[in-house]
Amino acid sequence: MNQIQRGDLILDIQGLVADVAGRNILKGLNLTIRAGEVHAIMGPNGAGKSTLSQILAGRPDYDIKAGSATYLGEDLLALAPEERARRGVFLGFQYPVEIPGVNNVYLLKAALNSRRRQQGLQELDAFEFMTIVREKMKLMKMDESFLKRGVNEGFSGGEKKRNEILQMTVLEPTLAILDETDSGLDIDALKVVSTGVNSLRRDDRAVVLVTHYQRLLDYIVPDYVHVLAGGKIVRSGDRTLALELEQRGYDWLIEGTNAA
Amino acid sequence: MSTPIAPDLDDLVTQKYRHGFVTDIDSDTLPPGLDEDVIRLISKKKGEPEFLLNWRLKAFRLWQTMKEPTWAHVTYHPIDYQAISYFSAPKSKKDGPKSLADVDPKLLETYDKLGVPLHERARLAGVAVDAVFDSVSVATTFKDRLHAAGVIFCPFSDAVRDYPALIEQYLGSVVPQGDNFYAALNSAVFTDGSFVYIPKGVRCPMELSTYFRINAANTGQFERTLIIADEGSHVSYLEGCTAPMRDENQLHAAVVELVALDNANIKYSTVQNWYPGDENGIGGIYNFVTKRGECRGRNSRISWTQVETGSAITWKYPSCVLIGEGSVGEFYSVAVANHRQQADTGTKMIHVGPNTTSTIVSKGISAGRAQNTYRGLVKVLPSAAGARNYTQCDSLLMGPDCGAHTFPYVEVKNPSAVVEHEATTSRIGEDQLFYLLQRGLSQEDAVNMIVNGFCKSVFNELPMEFAVEAQNLLAVSLEGSVG
Ligand SMILES: Nc1ncnc2c1ncn2[C@@H]1O[C@H](COP(=O)(O)OP(=O)(O)OP(=O)(O)O)[C@@H](O)[C@H]1O
Ligand SMILES: [Mg+2]
Repeated sequence: MNQIQRGDLILDIQGLVADVAGRNILKGLNLTIRAGEVHAIMGPNGAGKSTLSQILAGRPDYDIKAGSATYLGEDLLALAPEERARRGVFLGFQYPVEIPGVNNVYLLKAALNSRRRQQGLQELDAFEFMTIVREKMKLMKMDESFLKRGVNEGFSGGEKKRNEILQMTVLEPTLAILDETDSGLDIDALKVVSTGVNSLRRDDRAVVLVTHYQRLLDYIVPDYVHVLAGGKIVRSGDRTLALELEQRGYDWLIEGTNAA
Repeated sequence: MSTPIAPDLDDLVTQKYRHGFVTDIDSDTLPPGLDEDVIRLISKKKGEPEFLLNWRLKAFRLWQTMKEPTWAHVTYHPIDYQAISYFSAPKSKKDGPKSLADVDPKLLETYDKLGVPLHERARLAGVAVDAVFDSVSVATTFKDRLHAAGVIFCPFSDAVRDYPALIEQYLGSVVPQGDNFYAALNSAVFTDGSFVYIPKGVRCPMELSTYFRINAANTGQFERTLIIADEGSHVSYLEGCTAPMRDENQLHAAVVELVALDNANIKYSTVQNWYPGDENGIGGIYNFVTKRGECRGRNSRISWTQVETGSAITWKYPSCVLIGEGSVGEFYSVAVANHRQQADTGTKMIHVGPNTTSTIVSKGISAGRAQNTYRGLVKVLPSAAGARNYTQCDSLLMGPDCGAHTFPYVEVKNPSAVVEHEATTSRIGEDQLFYLLQRGLSQEDAVNMIVNGFCKSVFNELPMEFAVEAQNLLAVSLEGSVG
């Protein structure tokens, strides 16, 4: 695979229309994301932000009616979810699921090795792997006891989110989509999670942050801010848009779309 | 680092039932049919003492008066007991092999294929194996080392010859001949099995293991296992089972009896992988087994751990009778049923003595069109003051066409007893599956991870090597059942 350069196209979504359970949610969504960028997506509850995130990750419950999503030149929507993951698409879930009895560290290792196989790299042995994991856990200020626990089993809401970011920092995805990773975090955790995300920022990667709070954007400064409402991106701007939204809410934008 | 949970699937996806080969070997097989003459013949072939022949005949007469039980949640065509051959032995020297050198090389090869090499050198360090092929025991490894510790571990027929007093004292003392239909049949016609005696105060220096294999067509396997743990002794015993793929159903009706005296400890683990039949329910083993342990002594403990992935039909309730004060019974079970398999399994914990405790952890997994039933009885007699039981019973469903059923029976006759029961049924979570796929795992790895996670508290009870084997078996049994 060619090296990705800053400014290369990572994800290009054109005219995406999608239904869930017979209801139309996305109504012709366009979004272009280039290497080196951080995009924030904001928007009212129920607008379709999680729907978009899940569709990009390949969740099967959605009907794609029209449009395309191209990831590094490939038709993303034609790939199975695990294929997308192995090619570097990571979704930080809004509600991470518990998987009782499956060791957190065991999942991490299986995930990392499946990504490395895709990249044509050797699988890591236990020692190399643990060296990486320990370093990332330090970054995420997580106690090592979390490794031995079941995946998210009995984790608090904030711990689950932290665990998502831990996985992300270990997997080092090309495109990280973080669905409300900041929700439910205390101030200190927010800083830690932001440190984790910022550590991932690089010229050959991109991050999409779905959030309701402009506060997160004080820690992870985005290149672009988009508003998703009524199934489309209705407004894009720089981070000052987030500040404006905080002042004015979404109504003025949604009325705008209805009029259009 | 902890134990890996999901096995490496690469070599598993290509195979279905990987123990389904037939060994081409000359065997000495009785024609089908059962009457008193057949029993006399079996007894004679084995050179048994008079008391045992009479014991068998008594069982046979009881059996003739009994009816096949019909209460289990399983359905199958009636079994024609006259169409089964009750004895099949690989042809070899008259009295069976004296040492490995006497064993037919083809047999040794069979056990190598099964992953149970009988050569002691090749054997996992610390596991002694007795291998039962059709009706007879072919070899017992590590005899010398066990002998030095005073442990007796030998084929049942050797024990009849060498330790008739122990056999006469204990045989049928836990599962009497008339206990149930299949136990009566077994008592009449059993051909071999394993015998274990651990003397007072001895901690058995290695895991003991028996490997059962049904090879010949149209034969039943009726083995008998008897384990006696004398005061203060400890033993861990494992049995594994396989059979070739055949279109006909084959009957396996075993009896296992355990006796634990004061402060003795028996851990009995089973990895049952008899041929389950094909996707359409053709062929497979009918596994009708009676397993029971008696904690006769104070503070004794019997622990059953089972991983049941095979058989067309499983009918099996490893039980504990807790007689000695403060004795402990445990049952940890994973039962998998896929395609058209039917499993009706569980346990009975009978609390007789005061302050006896029991724990039941049952994990049932159903896939395809399979039916999986947990049937458990916790009985606290008036004499069992302070008895305690904890039962946890979880079912996991994979797909829309399978079923899980739970029948927990509780009879408490002593008001000071505490009996707790928890049960859950869940479908394999789409959310869990998608989460793991999103982390780059294949569909199969993801399913295995979830299922193994579900079974973890039971696998933790298995000896290490067997835990890995159990995980592999689970992967093979559930192959392709989601997605
Ligand atoms: N499986 C489903 N069945 C029916 N409706 C669904 C389903 N999944 C999503 N929806 C609906 O689709 C719409 C968009 O949901 P989505 O979760 O994408 O919103 P969101 O923008 O992420 O909202 P929030 O900010 O509250 O997280 C909602 O109205 C939701 O109820
Ligand atoms: Mg959402």
